[in-house]
Amino acid sequence: MSTTTDTDVAPATVRAIVAGHGSFATGIISAVDQITGRGSSFLAMSNSGLCLDDIQGTLARAVDDTGARVIFTDLPAGSCTMAVRRMIRARPGVLLVTGINLSLLLDFAMQDAVDPVVAVNAALERGRASMAVYGG
Amino acid sequence: MPIALYRIDDRLIHGQVVVGWGQPLELRFIVLVDDEVASSEWEQELYRMGVPPEMSVLFYTVDDAAAHLAELQKRPEPGIVLVGDIGTMGRLVAQADGRIRAVNVGGVHHSPGRVQRLRFVFLTPPEEQGLRDIAAQGVDVSAQDVPSARPVPLGELLTSTTGA
Repeated sequence: MSTTTDTDVAPATVRAIVAGHGSFATGIISAVDQITGRGSSFLAMSNSGLCLDDIQGTLARAVDDTGARVIFTDLPAGSCTMAVRRMIRARPGVLLVTGINLSLLLDFAMQDAVDPVVAVNAALERGRASMAVYGG
Repeated sequence: MPIALYRIDDRLIHGQVVVGWGQPLELRFIVLVDDEVASSEWEQELYRMGVPPEMSVLFYTVDDAAAHLAELQKRPEPGIVLVGDIGTMGRLVAQADGRIRAVNVGGVHHSPGRVQRLRFVFLTPPEEQGLRDIAAQGVDVSAQDVPSARPVPLGELLTSTTGA
């Protein structure tokens, strides 16, 4: 792992990888941990300073080292998303979820007794439904 | 409307291009110039899925891009020409008959042998010479990752050791 990858969490407990721009991954995992105490379920990765090949290589190593079958990214057009899409061509069974928010990640974190791939489907609905506008 | 930006970015289509530049420039098309991507349907589909519906992506080899540059510059909507490395931009500029006036170094990231010049620009000596060669053809070369950042002129870029 490069210095741009947060490895504060124990890889043995990792159920999913979160990858994104800047401090997105460490930030959103920190929020999950503050709310649920389950931040150690996730491994964070930033694309800062990395070219596409390095992003893809770092993600591939993270998947192979942790056994994680779910990868969350921040932006559909982002370089992490592009790298994951390339990487999972050779890794059937690994799922990419992009455009995530905190509600989605919280729901996924709380389903720690459920298969991670199954947990994603319910979490997706929670994430989509959580966005709302008030006032105006 | 002329092409709004000729950009060197080793991540090709990604957040900075689609959102960071795409929204303020109201980009409606991206010309992705890469010989490898131009021959791979899978890679093209990957990049197409990364852009919003109002934005189209054209895939060209360097030779095809040079051949189509005049008509691309006449399109009424704003667009961007995107390459993944300095060598590709050098080849495009050399075939452009002076149609490219400015080149944006948007992202050349760390790899072995490269020296950090800016936070988002790392260069080998041949790559530095490649940028000088582009500039020698009358092209204004500067480094700028996002529109709100200050463009760093080539002379300053090649002498920068701060990595700022």
